[in-house]
Amino acid sequence: MEHPVIPPKTYLLVFAALLALLALTVGLAYIDLGFFNLIAALTIASVKALLVILYFMHVRYSSDLAKIFAAAGFLWLFLLLGLTLTDYISRGAVFPLPGF
Amino acid sequence: MTHRHHRVSHLPIPAHQFEDIEQEREANLLGMWVFLATEVLFFGGLFVAYAAYRRLYPAIFADASRHLDVVLASLNTAILLCSSLTMALAVHSVRVDKRNAMVFFLILTALLGSVFLGIKFTEYTHKFEAGLLPGANFRYEGPNPQVAALFFTFYYVMTGIHALHLLIGILLMGILAFFAWRGRYSSIRYMPVELSGLYWHFVDLVWIFLFPLLYLIDRA
Repeated sequence: MEHPVIPPKTYLLVFAALLALLALTVGLAYIDLGFFNLIAALTIASVKALLVILYFMHVRYSSDLAKIFAAAGFLWLFLLLGLTLTDYISRGAVFPLPGF
Repeated sequence: MTHRHHRVSHLPIPAHQFEDIEQEREANLLGMWVFLATEVLFFGGLFVAYAAYRRLYPAIFADASRHLDVVLASLNTAILLCSSLTMALAVHSVRVDKRNAMVFFLILTALLGSVFLGIKFTEYTHKFEAGLLPGANFRYEGPNPQVAALFFTFYYVMTGIHALHLLIGILLMGILAFFAWRGRYSSIRYMPVELSGLYWHFVDLVWIFLFPLLYLIDRA
């Protein structure tokens, strides 16, 4: 059976959560948390994204195959991002061995 | 003649290569997700490039970012989130055969997207007037204006391509609303609405990441 019809109330609850998270991310941006600002912003954005993907895009109610297809794009993105950042994050961290 | 080259019937008869309508809908859905995966990588490339340069020039990127208008962008974020809600409600409407509600929500979604674009246009205009368009007349007070110009290049390209995707989405909503009003979609034939919804939510997803990464770097 195709995925079920989701009641509007679910959508409204998700929307309320998304607005709350928006307020949170803007609010936190004005507090100095050092490096944690970036982590907080990315975490909140990821939670918002998950809510949109699971509920608005119906992935929560889709077949396992559809879930895999949905995840695949992001998997490759994380590979691209992660491996690229291994370069930039490690610059300056490795010192030449003595004798070189 | 039942040969289907323009299938607008409301009988759940799949196209000939499918065994049943469920399989056709699943195939449609998977195909859409493959397309969205290409879009994820498309925007993803820009995000990765941005991450690399922000890593290299954190202070200058933060300083340049403070020229952006958080109030307008926050409002825009809320508008897009709302448009995802109205899009989801449009999809719900077609699943329960509420044609008028579906048309209403599709038009509302397109309207909200248009408001977003209007605000974006205002933002861009303010930036141009402040001399923050990289090029011959770029004006930036501070050391390393070239790096600041790099930030603004990312800003314009990433939000600009996002805005282009949004514009395409708005046109798509208009077309959908027209066909919906003409009775083309129903609880039996709803995948075009569902798949267009996926595209719209994806555009919202991109903005969900663009907003904090561009606008909320170091506002404390």
